[in-house]
Amino acid sequence: MEPTSRGRSGEGEGRAAGDRSTLTLNINGTDHTLTLDHRTTVLDTLRLHLGLTGAKKGCDHGQCGACTVLVDGRRANSCLLLAVAQDGARITTVEGLAADDRLHPLQEAFLERDALQCGYCTPGQICSGIGVLGEAQDGFPSHATAPTAPVTGPVALDAAEIRERMSGNLCRCGAYPRIVEAIGDVAS
Amino acid sequence: MKPFAYLRAASVAEAVRESAARPGARFLGGGTNLVDLMKLGVESPGLLIDVSRLPLDRVTDTADGGLRIGATVRNSDLAAHPAVRTRYPALSQALLAGASGQLRNTATTGGNLLQRTRCPYFQDTSKPCNKREPGSGCPAREGAHRDLAVIGHSTECVATHPSDMAVALAALDAVVLLYGPDGERTVAVTEFHRLPGDDPSADTVIRPDEMITEVVLPPLPEGTVSLYRKARDRASFAFALASVAAVLRVREGRIEHAALAFGGLAHRPWRARTAEEALRGAPAGDAVYLSAVDAELAAARPLRDNAFKVTLARHLAVDALAALTTRA
Ligand SMILES: Cc1cc2nc3c(=O)[nH]c(=O)nc-3n(C[C@H](O)[C@H](O)[C@H](O)COP(=O)(O)OP(=O)(O)OC[C@H]3O[C@@H](n4cnc5c(N)ncnc54)[C@H](O)[C@@H]3O)c2cc1C
Ligand code: SF4
Ligand code: FES
Ligand code: FES
Repeated sequence: MEPTSRGRSGEGEGRAAGDRSTLTLNINGTDHTLTLDHRTTVLDTLRLHLGLTGAKKGCDHGQCGACTVLVDGRRANSCLLLAVAQDGARITTVEGLAADDRLHPLQEAFLERDALQCGYCTPGQICSGIGVLGEAQDGFPSHATAPTAPVTGPVALDAAEIRERMSGNLCRCGAYPRIVEAIGDVAS
Repeated sequence: MKPFAYLRAASVAEAVRESAARPGARFLGGGTNLVDLMKLGVESPGLLIDVSRLPLDRVTDTADGGLRIGATVRNSDLAAHPAVRTRYPALSQALLAGASGQLRNTATTGGNLLQRTRCPYFQDTSKPCNKREPGSGCPAREGAHRDLAVIGHSTECVATHPSDMAVALAALDAVVLLYGPDGERTVAVTEFHRLPGDDPSADTVIRPDEMITEVVLPPLPEGTVSLYRKARDRASFAFALASVAAVLRVREGRIEHAALAFGGLAHRPWRARTAEEALRGAPAGDAVYLSAVDAELAAARPLRDNAFKVTLARHLAVDALAALTTRA
Protein backbone atom coordinates (compact mmCIF):
# COMPACT_ATOMS: atom_id res chain seq x y z
CA MET A 1 0.00 0.00 0.00
CA GLU A 2 1.45 3.40 -0.94
CA PRO A 3 1.91 5.64 2.08
CA THR A 4 -0.21 8.60 1.07
CA SER A 5 -2.33 10.95 3.11
CA ARG A 6 -5.29 11.68 0.96
CA GLY A 7 -8.62 13.18 1.60
CA ARG A 8 -8.25 15.51 4.53
CA SER A 9 -10.37 18.58 4.74
CA GLY A 10 -9.74 21.74 6.72
CA GLU A 11 -6.83 24.10 6.33
CA GLY A 12 -4.31 26.11 8.28
CA GLU A 13 -3.57 23.63 11.08
CA GLY A 14 -0.89 21.60 9.38
CA ARG A 15 -1.34 18.18 7.87
CA ALA A 16 -4.24 16.99 10.00
CA ALA A 17 -7.15 19.23 10.76
CA GLY A 18 -10.89 19.16 10.39
CA ASP A 19 -13.20 16.36 11.38
CA ARG A 20 -14.39 15.37 7.90
CA SER A 21 -12.64 13.89 4.89
CA THR A 22 -13.43 13.13 1.28
CA LEU A 23 -12.59 9.53 0.50
CA THR A 24 -13.26 6.84 -2.07
CA LEU A 25 -14.45 3.33 -1.31
CA ASN A 26 -14.90 0.77 -4.04
CA ILE A 27 -18.03 -1.07 -3.02
CA ASN A 28 -19.12 -4.15 -4.92
CA GLY A 29 -17.15 -2.94 -7.97
CA THR A 30 -18.29 0.68 -7.99
CA ASP A 31 -16.27 3.65 -6.73
CA HIS A 32 -18.12 5.86 -4.26
CA THR A 33 -16.56 9.20 -3.36
CA LEU A 34 -18.03 10.51 -0.14
CA THR A 35 -17.37 13.30 2.33
CA LEU A 36 -17.81 11.81 5.76
CA ASP A 37 -17.38 12.71 9.41
CA HIS A 38 -14.33 10.78 10.65
CA ARG A 39 -16.50 9.00 13.23
CA THR A 40 -18.39 7.17 10.49
CA THR A 41 -17.72 3.43 10.41
CA VAL A 42 -17.75 1.39 7.22
CA LEU A 43 -20.93 -0.27 8.52
CA ASP A 44 -22.74 3.08 8.93
CA THR A 45 -21.42 4.24 5.55
CA LEU A 46 -22.94 1.20 3.89
CA ARG A 47 -26.25 1.30 5.72
CA LEU A 48 -26.90 5.03 6.20
CA HIS A 49 -25.08 6.69 3.30
CA LEU A 50 -25.33 4.10 0.53
CA GLY A 51 -28.57 2.30 1.37
CA LEU A 52 -26.79 -1.08 1.44
CA THR A 53 -28.54 -2.63 4.44
CA GLY A 54 -27.30 -6.20 3.93
CA ALA A 55 -24.53 -5.90 6.51
CA LYS A 56 -26.28 -5.78 9.89
CA LYS A 57 -25.58 -4.01 13.15
CA GLY A 58 -25.86 -6.51 15.97
CA CYS A 59 -23.54 -5.33 18.73
CA ASP A 60 -21.47 -2.52 17.13
CA HIS A 61 -18.46 -3.79 19.15
CA GLY A 62 -16.89 -6.64 17.16
CA GLN A 63 -18.61 -9.30 19.22
CA CYS A 64 -21.29 -10.76 16.90
CA GLY A 65 -20.07 -10.75 13.28
CA ALA A 66 -23.39 -9.54 11.80
CA CYS A 67 -21.52 -6.66 10.13
CA THR A 68 -18.91 -8.86 8.42
CA VAL A 69 -17.83 -7.71 4.95
CA LEU A 70 -14.82 -8.48 2.77
CA VAL A 71 -12.17 -5.75 2.65
CA ASP A 72 -9.62 -6.26 -0.11
CA GLY A 73 -10.76 -9.89 -0.11
CA ARG A 74 -10.44 -10.50 3.64
CA ARG A 75 -13.30 -10.66 6.12
CA ALA A 76 -13.54 -7.94 8.73
CA ASN A 77 -16.04 -6.48 11.21
CA SER A 78 -17.22 -3.32 9.46
CA CYS A 79 -18.53 -1.86 12.75
CA LEU A 80 -14.95 -1.38 13.97
CA LEU A 81 -13.53 0.01 10.71
CA LEU A 82 -13.47 3.78 10.31
CA ALA A 83 -14.39 4.66 6.73
CA VAL A 84 -11.63 7.29 6.53
CA ALA A 85 -9.03 4.66 7.37
CA GLN A 86 -10.32 2.50 4.50
CA ASP A 87 -9.92 5.21 1.84
CA GLY A 88 -8.98 3.35 -1.35
CA ALA A 89 -10.18 -0.06 -0.16
CA ARG A 90 -12.25 -2.55 -2.15
CA ILE A 91 -15.23 -3.70 -0.12
CA THR A 92 -17.60 -6.55 -0.92
CA THR A 93 -20.93 -6.87 0.88
CA VAL A 94 -23.58 -9.55 0.64
CA GLU A 95 -25.24 -7.43 -2.08
CA GLY A 96 -22.15 -7.84 -4.28
CA LEU A 97 -21.75 -11.61 -4.16
CA ALA A 98 -24.11 -12.66 -6.94
CA ALA A 99 -22.73 -12.50 -10.48
CA ASP A 100 -25.02 -11.97 -13.47
CA ASP A 101 -28.09 -12.79 -11.38
CA ARG A 102 -26.48 -16.06 -10.29
CA LEU A 103 -26.13 -16.41 -6.55
CA HIS A 104 -22.71 -17.17 -5.06
CA PRO A 105 -22.35 -20.92 -4.40
CA LEU A 106 -22.38 -20.26 -0.65
CA GLN A 107 -25.64 -18.32 -0.94
CA GLU A 108 -27.07 -21.29 -2.85
CA ALA A 109 -25.82 -23.65 -0.18
CA PHE A 110 -27.47 -21.59 2.59
CA LEU A 111 -30.79 -21.86 0.72
CA GLU A 112 -30.28 -25.55 -0.01
CA ARG A 113 -29.47 -26.35 3.63
CA ASP A 114 -32.03 -23.91 5.05
CA ALA A 115 -29.16 -22.47 7.09
CA LEU A 116 -31.15 -19.66 8.70
CA GLN A 117 -34.22 -18.86 10.68
CA CYS A 118 -34.78 -15.09 11.12
CA GLY A 119 -31.94 -14.30 8.71
CA TYR A 120 -30.50 -11.37 10.69
CA CYS A 121 -27.05 -12.92 11.02
CA THR A 122 -27.08 -14.42 7.52
CA PRO A 123 -25.32 -11.71 5.46
CA GLY A 124 -22.49 -11.71 8.01
CA GLN A 125 -22.39 -15.51 8.10
CA ILE A 126 -22.16 -15.72 4.32
CA CYS A 127 -19.44 -13.05 3.98
CA SER A 128 -17.54 -14.67 6.83
CA GLY A 129 -17.98 -18.12 5.25
CA ILE A 130 -16.55 -16.85 1.97
CA GLY A 131 -13.62 -15.46 3.95
CA VAL A 132 -13.15 -18.86 5.60
CA LEU A 133 -13.13 -20.66 2.23
CA GLY A 134 -10.44 -18.29 0.93
CA GLU A 135 -8.34 -18.46 4.09
CA ALA A 136 -8.36 -22.26 4.12
CA GLN A 137 -7.44 -22.32 0.44
CA ASP A 138 -4.56 -19.93 1.15
CA GLY A 139 -3.25 -22.17 3.95
CA PHE A 140 -4.22 -20.03 6.97
CA PRO A 141 -4.36 -22.27 10.05
CA SER A 142 -6.96 -22.08 12.83
CA HIS A 143 -7.05 -23.11 16.47
CA ALA A 144 -8.52 -26.41 15.23
CA THR A 145 -5.60 -27.10 12.86
CA ALA A 146 -3.19 -29.74 14.20
CA PRO A 147 0.15 -28.15 15.16
CA THR A 148 1.79 -30.94 13.16
CA ALA A 149 -0.09 -30.04 9.94
CA PRO A 150 2.02 -28.88 6.98
CA VAL A 151 2.68 -25.14 7.19
CA THR A 152 1.94 -24.46 3.54
CA GLY A 153 -0.84 -25.58 1.22
CA PRO A 154 -4.62 -25.57 1.64
CA VAL A 155 -6.29 -26.69 4.87
CA ALA A 156 -9.12 -29.24 4.59
CA LEU A 157 -12.30 -27.84 6.16
CA ASP A 158 -13.94 -30.48 8.34
CA ALA A 159 -16.76 -29.58 10.72
CA ALA A 160 -14.38 -28.81 13.60
CA GLU A 161 -12.39 -26.42 11.40
CA ILE A 162 -15.53 -24.68 10.16
CA ARG A 163 -16.96 -24.27 13.67
CA GLU A 164 -13.72 -22.80 14.98
CA ARG A 165 -13.24 -20.48 12.02
CA MET A 166 -16.85 -19.26 12.17
CA SER A 167 -16.82 -18.56 15.93
CA GLY A 168 -16.85 -14.81 15.33
CA ASN A 169 -20.38 -15.05 13.89
CA LEU A 170 -23.14 -15.52 16.42
CA CYS A 171 -26.65 -16.74 15.53
CA ARG A 172 -29.38 -16.06 18.08
CA CYS A 173 -31.62 -18.57 16.30
CA GLY A 174 -29.02 -21.31 16.68
CA ALA A 175 -28.83 -22.23 13.00
CA TYR A 176 -25.22 -23.31 13.54
CA PRO A 177 -25.50 -26.99 12.45
CA ARG A 178 -26.92 -26.02 9.06
CA ILE A 179 -24.46 -23.17 8.61
CA VAL A 180 -21.58 -25.60 9.16
CA GLU A 181 -23.13 -28.00 6.63
CA ALA A 182 -23.64 -25.25 4.02
CA ILE A 183 -20.01 -24.14 4.26
CA GLY A 184 -18.89 -27.77 4.21
CA ASP A 185 -20.86 -28.34 0.99
CA VAL A 186 -19.00 -25.54 -0.79
CA ALA A 187 -15.63 -26.48 0.70
CA SER A 188 -15.77 -30.03 -0.63
CA MET B 1 -18.01 9.80 20.15
CA LYS B 2 -16.18 13.14 20.05
CA PRO B 3 -15.14 14.53 16.63
CA PHE B 4 -11.49 14.04 15.73
CA ALA B 5 -8.97 14.81 13.01
CA TYR B 6 -7.36 12.02 11.01
CA LEU B 7 -3.94 11.62 9.45
CA ARG B 8 -2.63 8.68 7.46
CA ALA B 9 1.05 8.74 8.45
CA ALA B 10 3.58 8.55 5.62
CA SER B 11 6.46 7.48 7.85
CA VAL B 12 7.28 6.49 11.42
CA ALA B 13 9.10 9.80 11.87
CA GLU B 14 6.04 11.73 10.74
CA ALA B 15 3.72 9.73 12.98
CA VAL B 16 5.87 10.42 16.05
CA ARG B 17 6.36 14.09 15.14
CA GLU B 18 2.64 14.71 14.65
CA SER B 19 1.85 12.89 17.88
CA ALA B 20 4.31 15.04 19.82
CA ALA B 21 2.79 18.18 18.28
CA ARG B 22 -0.75 17.25 19.31
CA PRO B 23 -1.53 16.29 22.91
CA GLY B 24 -4.41 13.83 22.93
CA ALA B 25 -3.43 12.19 19.64
CA ARG B 26 -3.59 8.39 19.36
CA PHE B 27 -1.99 5.98 16.92
CA LEU B 28 -4.49 3.88 15.00
CA GLY B 29 -3.58 0.27 14.18
CA GLY B 30 -6.40 -2.03 13.17
CA GLY B 31 -8.69 -0.04 15.48
CA THR B 32 -10.39 -3.15 16.90
CA ASN B 33 -9.72 -1.96 20.45
CA LEU B 34 -9.30 1.80 20.03
CA VAL B 35 -12.46 2.37 17.95
CA ASP B 36 -14.40 0.20 20.39
CA LEU B 37 -13.14 2.31 23.34
CA MET B 38 -13.94 5.53 21.46
CA LYS B 39 -17.53 4.32 21.00
CA LEU B 40 -17.68 3.64 24.73
CA GLY B 41 -16.28 7.10 25.53
CA VAL B 42 -13.28 5.59 27.31
CA GLU B 43 -10.97 7.11 24.68
CA SER B 44 -11.61 10.49 23.05
CA PRO B 45 -8.57 11.45 20.98
CA GLY B 46 -8.52 14.76 19.11
CA LEU B 47 -6.38 13.26 16.35
CA LEU B 48 -5.99 9.73 15.04
CA ILE B 49 -2.63 9.06 13.42
CA ASP B 50 -3.18 6.02 11.24
CA VAL B 51 -0.03 3.90 11.33
CA SER B 52 -1.67 0.77 9.92
CA ARG B 53 -0.43 1.40 6.33
CA LEU B 54 3.19 2.06 7.24
CA PRO B 55 5.60 -0.37 5.59
CA LEU B 56 6.05 -2.29 8.87
CA ASP B 57 4.05 -5.24 7.57
CA ARG B 58 6.83 -7.78 7.09
CA VAL B 59 8.15 -10.79 8.99
CA THR B 60 11.85 -11.34 8.26
CA ASP B 61 14.69 -13.53 9.52
CA THR B 62 17.36 -11.91 11.66
CA ALA B 63 21.04 -12.67 11.03
CA ASP B 64 21.27 -14.82 14.18
CA GLY B 65 18.29 -17.02 13.30
CA GLY B 66 15.58 -15.07 15.10
CA LEU B 67 12.57 -13.34 13.63
CA ARG B 68 11.70 -9.67 13.16
CA ILE B 69 7.98 -8.83 13.15
CA GLY B 70 6.74 -5.46 11.90
CA ALA B 71 4.26 -3.58 14.09
CA THR B 72 1.54 -3.58 11.42
CA VAL B 73 1.70 -7.29 10.58
CA ARG B 74 -1.87 -8.51 11.03
CA ASN B 75 -2.49 -11.15 13.70
CA SER B 76 -3.80 -13.67 11.14
CA ASP B 77 -0.74 -13.24 8.89
CA LEU B 78 1.64 -13.64 11.82
CA ALA B 79 -0.12 -16.80 13.02
CA ALA B 80 0.07 -18.27 9.50
CA HIS B 81 3.69 -17.39 8.81
CA PRO B 82 5.61 -20.63 8.13
CA ALA B 83 8.61 -19.54 10.24
CA VAL B 84 6.33 -18.76 13.19
CA ARG B 85 4.46 -22.04 12.83
CA THR B 86 7.60 -24.15 12.66
CA ARG B 87 9.97 -22.29 14.99
CA TYR B 88 7.64 -20.53 17.43
CA PRO B 89 4.44 -22.62 17.52
CA ALA B 90 3.44 -21.14 20.91
CA LEU B 91 3.12 -17.74 19.23
CA SER B 92 1.03 -19.03 16.34
CA GLN B 93 -1.21 -20.96 18.73
CA ALA B 94 -1.65 -17.99 21.07
CA LEU B 95 -2.72 -15.74 18.21
CA LEU B 96 -5.15 -18.36 16.90
CA ALA B 97 -6.63 -18.80 20.39
CA GLY B 98 -7.49 -15.09 20.49
CA ALA B 99 -10.48 -13.14 19.16
CA SER B 100 -12.13 -14.21 15.86
CA GLY B 101 -11.03 -14.68 12.25
CA GLN B 102 -12.42 -11.26 11.33
CA LEU B 103 -10.68 -9.50 14.22
CA ARG B 104 -7.35 -11.24 13.63
CA ASN B 105 -7.43 -10.13 9.98
CA THR B 106 -7.64 -6.52 11.18
CA ALA B 107 -5.63 -6.46 14.42
CA THR B 108 -1.93 -5.53 14.31
CA THR B 109 1.06 -6.69 16.36
CA GLY B 110 1.53 -3.24 17.93
CA GLY B 111 -2.15 -2.79 18.73
CA ASN B 112 -2.42 -6.27 20.22
CA LEU B 113 0.38 -5.53 22.71
CA LEU B 114 -1.27 -2.24 23.68
CA GLN B 115 -4.89 -3.41 23.94
CA ARG B 116 -6.54 -2.33 27.19
CA THR B 117 -8.05 -4.47 29.92
CA ARG B 118 -11.53 -5.96 29.54
CA CYS B 119 -12.40 -5.09 33.16
CA PRO B 120 -16.12 -4.20 32.95
CA TYR B 121 -15.72 -1.06 35.10
CA PHE B 122 -12.89 0.24 32.96
CA GLN B 123 -15.19 0.00 29.93
CA ASP B 124 -18.13 1.75 31.65
CA THR B 125 -17.60 5.50 32.02
CA SER B 126 -20.51 5.76 34.49
CA LYS B 127 -18.43 3.77 37.03
CA PRO B 128 -15.35 4.73 39.04
CA CYS B 129 -12.08 3.14 37.94
CA ASN B 130 -8.54 4.00 39.03
CA LYS B 131 -7.15 3.02 35.65
CA ARG B 132 -9.48 5.29 33.70
CA GLU B 133 -9.77 8.03 36.33
CA PRO B 134 -6.93 7.89 38.84
CA GLY B 135 -8.14 8.22 42.42
CA SER B 136 -11.79 7.39 41.68
CA GLY B 137 -11.62 3.90 43.22
CA CYS B 138 -11.68 0.28 42.14
CA PRO B 139 -15.18 -1.24 42.22
CA ALA B 140 -13.84 -4.53 40.83
CA ARG B 141 -12.10 -5.44 44.07
CA GLU B 142 -15.44 -6.04 45.81
CA GLY B 143 -17.53 -6.34 42.64
CA ALA B 144 -17.40 -8.35 39.40
CA HIS B 145 -13.84 -9.66 39.48
CA ARG B 146 -14.36 -13.29 38.56
CA ASP B 147 -12.33 -12.80 35.36
CA LEU B 148 -9.69 -10.52 36.90
CA ALA B 149 -6.28 -10.87 38.55
CA VAL B 150 -5.13 -13.45 41.08
CA ILE B 151 -1.47 -12.45 41.28
CA GLY B 152 0.56 -9.24 41.24
CA HIS B 153 -2.50 -7.00 41.75
CA SER B 154 -2.73 -4.02 44.10
CA THR B 155 -5.40 -2.39 46.23
CA GLU B 156 -5.68 0.18 43.45
CA CYS B 157 -6.38 -2.22 40.55
CA VAL B 158 -7.05 -5.92 39.95
CA ALA B 159 -7.26 -5.81 36.15
CA THR B 160 -5.71 -8.39 33.82
CA HIS B 161 -4.01 -7.84 30.50
CA PRO B 162 -6.16 -9.60 27.90
CA SER B 163 -3.66 -10.38 25.15
CA ASP B 164 -2.91 -14.01 24.29
CA MET B 165 -0.12 -13.04 21.89
CA ALA B 166 1.79 -11.12 24.57
CA VAL B 167 1.89 -14.21 26.79
CA ALA B 168 3.65 -16.25 24.11
CA LEU B 169 6.02 -13.36 23.34
CA ALA B 170 6.91 -13.13 27.05
CA ALA B 171 7.77 -16.83 27.27
CA LEU B 172 9.79 -16.60 24.04
CA ASP B 173 11.88 -13.67 25.38
CA ALA B 174 10.79 -11.31 22.62
CA VAL B 175 11.89 -7.68 22.58
CA VAL B 176 9.80 -4.63 21.62
CA LEU B 177 11.39 -1.92 19.45
CA LEU B 178 10.11 1.56 20.20
CA TYR B 179 10.62 4.79 18.30
CA GLY B 180 9.88 8.13 19.94
CA PRO B 181 10.89 11.79 20.01
CA ASP B 182 14.16 10.75 21.72
CA GLY B 183 14.96 8.08 19.15
CA GLU B 184 14.91 4.31 19.32
CA ARG B 185 15.01 1.98 22.32
CA THR B 186 14.27 -1.64 23.08
CA VAL B 187 12.32 -3.18 25.97
CA ALA B 188 11.90 -6.88 26.73
CA VAL B 189 8.24 -7.95 26.43
CA THR B 190 8.47 -9.19 30.03
CA GLU B 191 9.34 -5.62 31.12
CA PHE B 192 6.97 -3.88 28.71
CA HIS B 193 3.71 -4.38 30.63
CA ARG B 194 3.64 -3.09 34.22
CA LEU B 195 2.10 -4.25 37.46
CA PRO B 196 -0.58 -1.81 38.67
CA GLY B 197 1.02 -0.78 41.98
CA ASP B 198 -0.26 2.62 43.07
CA ASP B 199 -0.58 3.88 39.46
CA PRO B 200 -2.75 1.59 37.37
CA SER B 201 -3.33 4.29 34.71
CA ALA B 202 -0.29 3.07 32.74
CA ASP B 203 -0.53 -0.47 31.37
CA THR B 204 2.99 -0.44 29.93
CA VAL B 205 6.26 1.49 30.06
CA ILE B 206 5.67 3.07 26.64
CA ARG B 207 6.29 6.84 26.74
CA PRO B 208 4.08 9.56 25.30
CA ASP B 209 4.39 9.79 21.50
CA GLU B 210 6.39 6.56 21.32
CA MET B 211 5.45 4.04 18.65
CA ILE B 212 6.00 0.31 18.52
CA THR B 213 7.85 -0.37 15.28
CA GLU B 214 8.87 -4.02 15.62
CA VAL B 215 8.94 -7.06 17.85
CA VAL B 216 12.05 -9.26 17.66
CA LEU B 217 12.14 -12.94 18.59
CA PRO B 218 15.52 -14.37 19.57
CA PRO B 219 16.63 -17.67 18.03
CA LEU B 220 15.75 -20.85 19.91
CA PRO B 221 18.44 -23.53 20.30
CA GLU B 222 17.93 -26.81 18.44
CA GLY B 223 15.49 -29.12 20.20
CA THR B 224 13.41 -26.39 21.87
CA VAL B 225 9.66 -27.01 21.75
CA SER B 226 6.80 -24.68 22.70
CA LEU B 227 3.05 -24.51 22.94
CA TYR B 228 0.14 -22.37 24.16
CA ARG B 229 -2.86 -23.58 26.15
CA LYS B 230 -5.91 -21.48 27.02
CA ALA B 231 -8.95 -22.09 29.23
CA ARG B 232 -12.06 -20.02 28.53
CA ASP B 233 -15.80 -19.96 29.17
CA ARG B 234 -16.66 -21.16 25.67
CA ALA B 235 -14.69 -23.27 23.23
CA SER B 236 -13.79 -20.36 20.96
CA PHE B 237 -13.96 -16.53 20.74
CA ALA B 238 -13.56 -15.74 24.43
CA PHE B 239 -10.82 -14.14 26.48
CA ALA B 240 -8.62 -16.34 28.65
CA LEU B 241 -9.67 -17.24 32.18
CA ALA B 242 -6.17 -18.62 32.40
CA SER B 243 -3.61 -19.52 29.77
CA VAL B 244 -0.02 -20.64 29.57
CA ALA B 245 2.80 -20.43 27.08
CA ALA B 246 5.47 -23.03 27.71
CA VAL B 247 8.92 -23.39 26.16
CA LEU B 248 11.01 -26.46 26.95
CA ARG B 249 14.28 -28.12 26.04
CA VAL B 250 15.10 -31.50 27.56
CA ARG B 251 18.32 -33.43 27.05
CA GLU B 252 18.82 -36.96 28.32
CA GLY B 253 15.88 -36.59 30.67
CA ARG B 254 17.14 -33.32 32.20
CA ILE B 255 15.53 -29.91 31.70
CA GLU B 256 18.02 -27.66 29.94
CA HIS B 257 15.68 -24.73 29.43
CA ALA B 258 12.16 -24.00 30.61
CA ALA B 259 10.18 -20.79 30.18
CA LEU B 260 6.61 -20.41 31.40
CA ALA B 261 4.30 -17.43 31.11
CA PHE B 262 0.72 -17.23 32.34
CA GLY B 263 -2.08 -15.20 30.75
CA GLY B 264 -5.35 -14.12 32.33
CA LEU B 265 -3.86 -14.02 35.82
CA ALA B 266 -2.24 -10.62 36.12
CA HIS B 267 -1.87 -7.04 34.91
CA ARG B 268 0.87 -8.32 32.63
CA PRO B 269 1.88 -11.64 31.10
CA TRP B 270 3.10 -13.46 34.21
CA ARG B 271 6.54 -14.90 33.56
CA ALA B 272 6.97 -17.74 36.07
CA ARG B 273 10.61 -17.17 37.14
CA THR B 274 10.25 -19.13 40.39
CA ALA B 275 8.94 -22.18 38.55
CA GLU B 276 11.64 -21.85 35.89
CA GLU B 277 14.32 -21.75 38.58
CA ALA B 278 12.97 -24.98 40.07
CA LEU B 279 12.81 -26.65 36.66
CA ARG B 280 16.28 -25.80 35.39
CA GLY B 281 18.51 -28.88 35.59
CA ALA B 282 15.82 -31.01 37.20
CA PRO B 283 14.70 -34.35 35.75
CA ALA B 284 11.74 -33.94 33.39
CA GLY B 285 8.56 -35.39 34.87
CA ASP B 286 5.13 -34.63 36.27
CA ALA B 287 6.14 -34.51 39.95
CA VAL B 288 8.84 -31.93 39.22
CA TYR B 289 6.43 -29.91 37.07
CA LEU B 290 3.76 -29.91 39.74
CA SER B 291 6.03 -28.74 42.52
CA ALA B 292 7.63 -26.06 40.31
CA VAL B 293 4.25 -24.68 39.24
CA ASP B 294 2.96 -24.78 42.82
CA ALA B 295 6.02 -22.86 44.00
CA GLU B 296 5.14 -20.15 41.49
CA LEU B 297 1.44 -20.02 42.27
CA ALA B 298 2.08 -19.88 46.02
CA ALA B 299 2.33 -16.11 45.43
CA ALA B 300 -1.27 -15.98 44.15
CA ARG B 301 -3.74 -13.91 46.20
CA PRO B 302 -7.09 -14.71 44.63
CA LEU B 303 -10.09 -12.46 45.22
CA ARG B 304 -13.48 -13.59 46.54
CA ASP B 305 -14.70 -15.09 43.23
CA ASN B 306 -11.65 -16.09 41.23
CA ALA B 307 -9.65 -18.70 43.16
CA PHE B 308 -10.66 -21.23 40.48
CA LYS B 309 -8.26 -19.49 38.10
CA VAL B 310 -5.29 -20.59 40.18
CA THR B 311 -6.37 -24.23 39.86
CA LEU B 312 -6.96 -23.79 36.13
CA ALA B 313 -3.52 -22.27 35.64
CA ARG B 314 -1.89 -25.05 37.63
CA HIS B 315 -3.44 -27.77 35.48
CA LEU B 316 -2.77 -25.92 32.23
CA ALA B 317 0.91 -25.47 33.06
CA VAL B 318 1.55 -29.02 34.21
CA ASP B 319 -0.31 -30.45 31.22
CA ALA B 320 1.58 -28.17 28.84
CA LEU B 321 4.96 -29.21 30.23
CA ALA B 322 3.97 -32.87 30.12
CA ALA B 323 2.79 -32.56 26.51
CA LEU B 324 6.05 -30.85 25.53
CA THR B 325 8.10 -33.54 27.23
CA THR B 326 6.71 -36.21 24.91
CA ARG B 327 7.89 -34.08 21.95
CA ALA B 328 11.23 -32.88 23.32
C1 LIG C 1 -14.98 -9.16 20.61
C2 LIG C 1 -13.50 -9.19 20.81
C3 LIG C 1 -12.88 -10.33 21.29
C4 LIG C 1 -11.50 -10.37 21.47
N1 LIG C 1 -10.91 -11.51 21.96
C5 LIG C 1 -9.57 -11.52 22.18
C6 LIG C 1 -8.92 -12.67 22.72
O1 LIG C 1 -9.55 -13.69 23.00
N2 LIG C 1 -7.58 -12.62 22.92
C7 LIG C 1 -6.84 -11.50 22.61
O2 LIG C 1 -5.63 -11.52 22.81
N3 LIG C 1 -7.42 -10.41 22.11
C8 LIG C 1 -8.76 -10.40 21.89
N4 LIG C 1 -9.36 -9.27 21.39
C9 LIG C 1 -8.56 -8.04 21.30
C10 LIG C 1 -7.82 -7.88 20.00
O3 LIG C 1 -6.78 -8.83 19.95
C11 LIG C 1 -7.28 -6.46 19.99
O4 LIG C 1 -8.37 -5.59 19.85
C12 LIG C 1 -6.30 -6.22 18.86
O5 LIG C 1 -5.20 -7.09 18.94
C13 LIG C 1 -5.82 -4.79 18.87
O6 LIG C 1 -5.04 -4.54 17.71
P1 LIG C 1 -5.39 -3.31 16.76
O7 LIG C 1 -4.33 -3.23 15.72
O8 LIG C 1 -6.78 -3.39 16.26
O9 LIG C 1 -5.22 -2.13 17.81
P2 LIG C 1 -5.86 -0.68 17.87
O10 LIG C 1 -7.25 -0.76 18.36
O11 LIG C 1 -5.62 0.04 16.60
O12 LIG C 1 -4.92 -0.03 18.98
C14 LIG C 1 -4.88 -0.46 20.32
C15 LIG C 1 -3.96 0.51 21.09
O13 LIG C 1 -2.64 0.45 20.60
C16 LIG C 1 -2.19 1.71 20.12
N5 LIG C 1 -1.36 1.41 18.95
C17 LIG C 1 -1.71 0.69 17.85
N6 LIG C 1 -0.62 0.47 17.07
C18 LIG C 1 0.42 1.08 17.68
C19 LIG C 1 1.82 1.21 17.39
N7 LIG C 1 2.38 0.64 16.30
N8 LIG C 1 2.60 1.90 18.24
C20 LIG C 1 2.07 2.47 19.35
N9 LIG C 1 0.77 2.39 19.68
C21 LIG C 1 -0.04 1.69 18.86
C22 LIG C 1 -3.45 2.49 19.85
O14 LIG C 1 -3.22 3.89 19.99
C23 LIG C 1 -4.38 1.97 20.93
O15 LIG C 1 -4.13 2.63 22.15
C24 LIG C 1 -10.73 -9.24 21.17
C25 LIG C 1 -11.34 -8.08 20.67
C26 LIG C 1 -12.71 -8.05 20.49
C27 LIG C 1 -13.33 -6.80 19.95
S1 SF4 D 1 -9.61 -3.47 38.31
FE1 SF4 D 1 -8.44 -1.74 37.48
S2 SF4 D 1 -9.49 -1.41 35.53
FE2 SF4 D 1 -10.95 -2.57 36.81
S3 SF4 D 1 -12.16 -1.06 37.98
FE3 SF4 D 1 -10.40 -1.56 39.24
S4 SF4 D 1 -8.96 0.06 38.69
FE4 SF4 D 1 -10.42 0.00 37.03
S1 FES E 1 -22.11 -5.38 14.64
FE1 FES E 1 -20.01 -5.65 14.14
S2 FES E 1 -19.51 -7.42 15.23
FE2 FES E 1 -21.52 -7.03 15.94
S1 FES F 1 -30.85 -16.88 11.69
FE1 FES F 1 -31.61 -15.61 13.28
S2 FES F 1 -29.77 -14.86 14.14
FE2 FES F 1 -29.05 -16.36 12.80
